[in-house]
Amino acid sequence: MEHAISLLFRSIFVDNMIFAFFLGMCSYLAVSKTVKTSMGLGLAVTFVLTVTVPVNYLLQTKVLGPDCLAEGVDLSYLSFILFIAVIAGMVQLVEMTVEKYSPSLYAALGIFLPLIAVNCAIMGASLFMQQRILMDPSNSQAITSIWDAVVYGFGSGIGWTLAIVAMGAIREKMQYSDVPKPLQGLGIVFITVGLMAMAMMCFSGLNI
Amino acid sequence: MALFSKQNKEVFTNPLNLDHPILGQVLGICSALAVTAQLKPAIVMGLAVTVITAFSNTIISIIRNTIPNRIRIVVQLVVVAALVTIVSQILKAFAYDVSVQLSVYVGLIITNCILMGRLEAFAMQNKPWPSFLDGVGNGLGYAMILVIVGAVRELLGRGSLLGFQIIPDACYDFGYVNNGMMTMPAMALILVGCVIWVHRAYFYKEK
Repeated sequence: MEHAISLLFRSIFVDNMIFAFFLGMCSYLAVSKTVKTSMGLGLAVTFVLTVTVPVNYLLQTKVLGPDCLAEGVDLSYLSFILFIAVIAGMVQLVEMTVEKYSPSLYAALGIFLPLIAVNCAIMGASLFMQQRILMDPSNSQAITSIWDAVVYGFGSGIGWTLAIVAMGAIREKMQYSDVPKPLQGLGIVFITVGLMAMAMMCFSGLNI
Repeated sequence: MALFSKQNKEVFTNPLNLDHPILGQVLGICSALAVTAQLKPAIVMGLAVTVITAFSNTIISIIRNTIPNRIRIVVQLVVVAALVTIVSQILKAFAYDVSVQLSVYVGLIITNCILMGRLEAFAMQNKPWPSFLDGVGNGLGYAMILVIVGAVRELLGRGSLLGFQIIPDACYDFGYVNNGMMTMPAMALILVGCVIWVHRAYFYKEK
């Protein structure tokens, strides 16, 4: 239990997908114009992460890892293709659900909903999970069971949502600021994210 | 059609200046920021992405007429994933230390938006040869930013380039200190912001 809580907080604040690893920047920059759409995309990403990381965990430990299928068979070089297939399938499911139950959100997210499939944060979480399976169980970053995988996926998603909602709020306010012309739009957003990342660095010693 | 007709040359050079994949179209930023703490991994990453964009563009463009429209994203992902697997195995075999440094970011080339963006926007509508040039151009444009940011961060953060010390010891004796901030993730974002600033200032003046 203690391990799970520590994993959750670390994945939200210390190993934040945006501020520590820059994962999922493309949709982060493009969709964070208002708080409302940011929140919608953040929740969709959290959901996809919470489902895909445990599924890929099972794939990795039961099928792909060394000696899993048969003695002496190591299929881990297939992990890229299988992980991305799982993710693409999940995203399709989310897309159909959102389209049915919230057409306005569906219209607001536009092309970025199917593009969750190629959101680096999702693939990145699965690849980090693959690395963390091999870690020493006493390490606070290690993922040793399927519950750890669920917690890690959920925490990473919440961290991503937090980052995009904060950015959406800042950008809403920034519209009234007098920014130099060439810096407008993308440039100033990058610098703002940099400053936010710097602030998040103060969590880096956090250990529960 | 000549191999290097005017049109093809434009396809190749456009992504290097105005239609730059990172600065103009804002694609593929994730990995661009993460691998640039030093110059060497930045160069390797740039090369890997160039090779993969070029070949995935060519392959998709060859089979573009046989892909059913509904499942094209899955087909593209599989082609890219297969190429990335090959590149990652080659890196592990011949440049193991760099492949350890790049860690998950090699796998993340699959989800690099430049790849999907170019496949959707260019390779699905064009012949193999222009698609190949487009892939190389976009890959090189991407590599260019990686090298610029990587060089600045390594020079200011560690006082070296490609692992060789550039700033002489005499400077350190006078009290020069490496800027440790530069090796942190946050500075990568701010540097890219500044590169975009310069790029836009320069090109908007021309228009």
